[in-house]
Amino acid sequence: MRGATHARWAACAVALALAATACGGGSDSGGGADGIVSSSWGDPQNPLEPANTNEVQGGKVLDMLFRGLKQYDPKTGEAKDMLAEKIDTTDSTNFTVTVKDGWTFSNGEKVTAKSFVDAWNYGANLKNNQKNAYFFGYIEGYEQVHPEQGQPTAETLSGLKVVDDKTFTVKLSQKFSTWPDTLGYAAFSPLPSAFFDDHAAWLSKPVGNGPYMVDSYAKGSKMSMRKWDGYPGSDKAQNGGVDLNVYTDNNTAYTDLTAGNLDLVDDVPASQLKNVQADLGDRYINTPAGIIQAIAFPFYDKAWNTPGAAKVRTGLSMAINREQITDTIFQKTRTPAKDWTSPVLGADGGFSETLCGDACTYNPTEAKKLITEGGGIPGGRLKLSYNADSGSHKEWVDAVCNSINNVLGKDTACVGNPVGTFADFRNQIGQHKMPGPFRAGWQMDYPLIQNFLQPLYYTKASSNDGLWSNPEFDKLVDEANAESDTKKAVETFQKAEEVVRDQMAAIPLWYQNGSAGYSERVSNVSLNPFSVPVYNEIKVN
Amino acid sequence: MGRYVIRRLLQMIPVFFGATLLIFLMVNVMGDPIAGLCGDRQCDPATAAQLRKEFGLDKPVWQQYLTYMGNVFTGDFGTAFNGQKVTELMGEAFPVTIRLTIVAIVFEIVIGITLGVITGLRRGRPVDTSVLLLTLVVISVPTFVTGLILQLLLGVEWGVIKPAVSPEAPVNELLIPGLVLASVSLAYVTRLTRTSIAENARSDYVRTAKAKGLPRGRVISRHLLRNSLIPVVTFIGTDIGALMGGAIVTERIFNIHGVGYQLYQGILRQNTQTVVGFVTVLVIVFLLANLLVDLLYAVLDPRIRYA
Repeated sequence: MRGATHARWAACAVALALAATACGGGSDSGGGADGIVSSSWGDPQNPLEPANTNEVQGGKVLDMLFRGLKQYDPKTGEAKDMLAEKIDTTDSTNFTVTVKDGWTFSNGEKVTAKSFVDAWNYGANLKNNQKNAYFFGYIEGYEQVHPEQGQPTAETLSGLKVVDDKTFTVKLSQKFSTWPDTLGYAAFSPLPSAFFDDHAAWLSKPVGNGPYMVDSYAKGSKMSMRKWDGYPGSDKAQNGGVDLNVYTDNNTAYTDLTAGNLDLVDDVPASQLKNVQADLGDRYINTPAGIIQAIAFPFYDKAWNTPGAAKVRTGLSMAINREQITDTIFQKTRTPAKDWTSPVLGADGGFSETLCGDACTYNPTEAKKLITEGGGIPGGRLKLSYNADSGSHKEWVDAVCNSINNVLGKDTACVGNPVGTFADFRNQIGQHKMPGPFRAGWQMDYPLIQNFLQPLYYTKASSNDGLWSNPEFDKLVDEANAESDTKKAVETFQKAEEVVRDQMAAIPLWYQNGSAGYSERVSNVSLNPFSVPVYNEIKVN
Repeated sequence: MGRYVIRRLLQMIPVFFGATLLIFLMVNVMGDPIAGLCGDRQCDPATAAQLRKEFGLDKPVWQQYLTYMGNVFTGDFGTAFNGQKVTELMGEAFPVTIRLTIVAIVFEIVIGITLGVITGLRRGRPVDTSVLLLTLVVISVPTFVTGLILQLLLGVEWGVIKPAVSPEAPVNELLIPGLVLASVSLAYVTRLTRTSIAENARSDYVRTAKAKGLPRGRVISRHLLRNSLIPVVTFIGTDIGALMGGAIVTERIFNIHGVGYQLYQGILRQNTQTVVGFVTVLVIVFLLANLLVDLLYAVLDPRIRYA
C-alpha cells in the first residue's frame, strides 16, 4: 500500500501549498456604505449599447449605468417619472416631453432633450444594427430610417423634434395612450456625446447617467462598477459598488456562493433547487417575474387552422397537468398560468386569476372529449418542438407530452421534438417551418398588458411566430391603444385577451419566477419584476 | 533530418486546409446564427439582413470560406457577435489554457513517470498492484465527477482552494483543475511507463549495463528509462492537443475562461468566426505537437535519427 500513501501525501502537500497562497476567501474587505457586492454574471451576447441589448445579462448592466425618462418601481413595476418632469398629450399621438434639470452623465456632460433625441435616432437607424430598433417603431418616420427592405432614406426620425434644452416633442404614427409607460425600457436611455464621438472607446468603458459608473471592464470576465457620488437621483447606491463576475456555469457560481466567495447569484441552477433551502434558508429568493411560457401553434399549417382546431387546442390545454409539473420538475419556481399575462402586472395592470378559467384547468375527461370533437390532433401526432441546448426544456416537454398521452390513452399521441441549438430553433420558427406546436417563452419589455398581447397575437406583429390572425382581436387592441383612460384601456385589452382564450391562440403554461441566493455579507436583496436584482438597494453588512 | 522536418511541415498544409474547411462546413450546416441573436423573438428582417451582410453570411459558403482564409493569412480572424475581435478573444483564452495544459502535462510527467518507474521495477509487488488499481479507478471515473467532488471537498467543505478560478487564472489556482484535467492521462502514462519499463528491465543491454557495474540510478535513468520513454512521449505529445481542446469540462467546472469555454460559447451561439478561428489554432498546435514528438524520437533513439 505504499504507493497509495505516496499519492495521499502528494495531495496533502498540494493542498497545504494552496492554503498558504490562495486562501483569501471572500471578496474585497470593507463593509457598510463602501462595501463592494460581488455578483454572478453571464457574458452579454451583444455589444453593450442601450438599443442593442435584448437579454438579461446586458440588461442588468444598463440598469445600473442608466436612468431614463421613466423608471419601473422595483416592487410594483409601476412606471414612475425619473428624468421626465412631465409628458403631456392631448390626443395620445403628439407628446411633449420635459426633461428635469440638474441631471448629468457621470463624465459631467448635461443630460438634455438632445441626449434623448440623438440616442433614439441612433437606435432607430438601420445602419447602426441595433437589435432593439423596433422599440422606436411607433414614432413617426420610422419607416424612413428603418425600412423593411433597402437602404434608409432619412437619418433621423421625423416624429422627434428638440424644442429647447429641456423639451422635445414626439409624434407617433398611431394612437398609443400608454406609450409614456414604455419609456422605462433601457432602449430609451439618453446617451452622452462621447458615445457618438468615440464609439469604440465608449463600448470598452460605457458612460451613463445612473447610480453607478464603470471602473474597469474586462470583456468576457469581469465588470467592476463603483458608486457614482455625483448621482442626482433619489435611488442612490446603498453600497460602494458591484463587481460582476462572468461564470462559465451557473453551478460553479452557486458553489462559489456556498463557499463564501460570492455575494449574489441571480440564477439558481435547477439541479440545486432541492438543496437551496438547506444551503441558504431565507437567503433564497423566489419571486414572480414578467416571464410566461406557452405553447404556440403553426397557424400557417392548414391542419391547425380549421374551425374545429380551436377545440383541439383548448382540449390540449386542459390535458396538461400544470400543478404537478411545476411542483415536481420546477420545484415551485414556476406558477401555473391563469391567463396570458403575468402576476407582476397586478390586478390593476390587467393580470387576472380567472381569465383562462376552465380552459387552463386539468380536466382529463373534458379534454379528451374536446379533442375528439375537434377532429383529433392534426396529423394524428403532436410534435412539440423545443431547443435542447439550454434550460430544462426537455424535462418539461416530456412531462407535458406524458400528461397529454395519459389523457388520450395513447403513448405516441405527443412526442418532444428537440432542436439542437437555440439559433436553429429560432431559425425554423422564423422560416415558418415548424412541424407542429412549439415552445414559446415571452419576457416582457415593460410591465404593460399591451406588451403581453400585441407583439404576440396582433396580425403580423413582430413576435407573432405562429401567424395567428383574428380581426376582432386586432380591433380590440386598436381600441385599447386609443383609449386615454388607463383603466378602460386595460379592460379593453382584457377583452382582447378573451378572444385569445376562446380561440386558444397559444396554450399558456406557467409564469416563471426569478430565483436568487445571497451570502450573509449582504442584505436587503430583492428582484425586480424583470427578475434582475435591485443592485442599488443592496446593503453590505 | 532537415529534409525530414521540411517534408513534415509541407504535409501539414493539406491537413490544415482540410480541417478548417470541415469545421467551417459543420458550423454552417447548423443554420442561420443571426436568428438566435434576438432572444425569444423574431429579429426584424431589415436588421437581420444588415447583420448577415456585416458578418458576410449572405454569401455562398465557399465564398465565405475563401474570404475567411484570405483574412486569416493577414492575421484577421473576424469579429465575434458581441463585437470583440476573435484575435482579442484568443489573446485572453489561449494563455490561460496553455498555463492549464502545462500544469497538467507537468503532473503527467512528474507523477505519471515516477509512479510508472516505481511500479515497473516492482512488478507484482503490493505497490504495483495498488497503483494499478488506483489508475483503474481514475480511468473509470469521469473527469467531471472527479472535478466536482474535489471542488466540493477542497473548495466548500475544507476551504483549501477557491471553487472558482479568478479571471487572471494564476498558476497556483490552476493546480487542482490541472490535476483533474491530467488525471485520466496521468493514469495512462503510469501504465504505459510501467509496461515499457517492465519489458526493458529484462533486456540484454540492461543486464550488460548492470554487469559493467554501473550504479543502479544510472542504469535506470540513462539506459532503461531513455529506451522506455518512446511510447510515453508519443502519448504525451498527442495529449497536448487533446488537453487544450478537451479542457472544456474542467474549464466549466472551475470557471476557467479558456479555449474550451470560448469554443462552447461559440458553438452555442453558432459563431462561425470564433469556432473556426479557435479550431484553426488548435489544429496548428496539434500538428506542431506531433512534429515535436517525432523529433523527440530522434533524440531518444539515434537509430531513428538516421532513418
